[in-house]
Amino acid sequence: MPEIFAANASSTIGWPGLATSLVLVVVAAGLSIGQRLRLERTIAWSSVRALVQLLAVGSVLGVILDPKRPVALSWLWVVLMVVIAALTIRQRAPEVPGITGLALVAVGSSAAMGLGVLFGLRIFPMQGRTVVPLAGMLIGNSMASTVGASRRIVEELSEKRAEVEARLALGLAWPDAARPHVRTALRTALLPQIESTKVVGLVALPGAMTGLILAGIKPVDAVKVQAAVMFLILGGVCATATVVARGLTRRLFTPDHRLVRLVREAG
Amino acid sequence: MPAPLFELDHLAVTTDDGSRILDVEHLAVPEQGITVLAGPSGAGKSTLLRLCNRLEVPSSGTIRYRGTDIDQLDPLALRRAVGMVFQRPTLFGGTVRDNLAVASPTADDATFAGALERAGLSGSFLNRVGDDLSGGEAQRACLARTLLTEPQVLLMDEPTSSLDPAMTERLEGSVRALADDGVSVIWVSHDLDQVRRISDRVIVIDHGRIVPEAAAVRWLCGPTDSSPPLPVEAAPPVLEDDSSRRGGGADA
Repeated sequence: MPEIFAANASSTIGWPGLATSLVLVVVAAGLSIGQRLRLERTIAWSSVRALVQLLAVGSVLGVILDPKRPVALSWLWVVLMVVIAALTIRQRAPEVPGITGLALVAVGSSAAMGLGVLFGLRIFPMQGRTVVPLAGMLIGNSMASTVGASRRIVEELSEKRAEVEARLALGLAWPDAARPHVRTALRTALLPQIESTKVVGLVALPGAMTGLILAGIKPVDAVKVQAAVMFLILGGVCATATVVARGLTRRLFTPDHRLVRLVREAG
Repeated sequence: MPAPLFELDHLAVTTDDGSRILDVEHLAVPEQGITVLAGPSGAGKSTLLRLCNRLEVPSSGTIRYRGTDIDQLDPLALRRAVGMVFQRPTLFGGTVRDNLAVASPTADDATFAGALERAGLSGSFLNRVGDDLSGGEAQRACLARTLLTEPQVLLMDEPTSSLDPAMTERLEGSVRALADDGVSVIWVSHDLDQVRRISDRVIVIDHGRIVPEAAAVRWLCGPTDSSPPLPVEAAPPVLEDDSSRRGGGADA
């Protein structure tokens, strides 16, 4: 169990520090005005909104992550995150038939698998302050992978309809007719995550590690946590995409092995 | 009396917005030879063809294959018995051999070469990459791929529409040989000259309906392959079954 979970992070910037950091927002708005980008209002609104959202979430998390409260409260929060993720996915990929239920199953099963490994094998201690952030990172990435994989599958089967029907016309069952196209779609959806895993640390320092280092944790300890998180995300993303692919492909074919009409959203 | 190859009754296909794209009271397609579904573009010919191997299903009505409602048949077995060649040659990635293996994974090269020969290609095409084939070669490779499922019926959906005259003639010759070997063929075409060349019998469709016999004859005897206006009305099917006309003009 990493030592950092027994330690107290001492680095905080305080309210004055936070207020001072707003100087950078002023700089961004000033550049927008100077360059006549007309983005200054958006920059200001985005910054205020982000701050309010984070403060609100921080307040709620303060209650949920209180060590005196039962860890079940954190798991309840995780369930809520899964539901919100599914609803967000529906908003982002409305052209995918039955996406809400599918997203619930995919994100939920990926969270169950990933968190089950992390806590079941005691890689992290099961406490509110580990359950919620780890679930957040896993579910956030799974959400993106669900949207990416489902959109790619619909696009691929729609664009390659002629090939799919040529396979069906040879008497192939729908899983066989869809397999090459689903495989292509999954590769396209998963490769960015795999690529970013390859170059992690070389170009940009990942968020969890950065946060821990800023909070005063030794870099090596931060790296251990980050690596575990990265593997969690990689496994979660692959699991989500696979569940989505299986469930979605099934929905895109009728029981008598016909490809349904697919309507893709423009743009 | 044996059941027809396909028999359609009270059949309708409507789109999601409610417009009717096919409306057939009764149609019987007999066994043997080449039956051409003729008519102008957008008449509903391809939809009718796709109903025969259940790539489409009707909104209402029944389709029987050799006397059995196709709803009662295993769709995968039906599709292997009723092969289809599409308008555009659709080869999968890889070589011709890879394509043929999709239809028959356990077959050997000799079987593949035999299928290619029946489709008018030599066995030397096995190692050719699909993307390198001409349109005519690709379409014949698609025909060979379909033949590997040993179909009793071939559905040809305007298979020569993107081919030059020489390639068209070769493909027509290959299919005629298959028909003479006992494979029943249903061929969709809007090309009057082609209809005259290949048909043993003709069914004319327009606006989703079987055209009455007199109007069908007028259409088939037209001087060009342009699409003259055809009367659209509920009508008995036009179904000529005169094998003596094989290869020689329409049933006019």
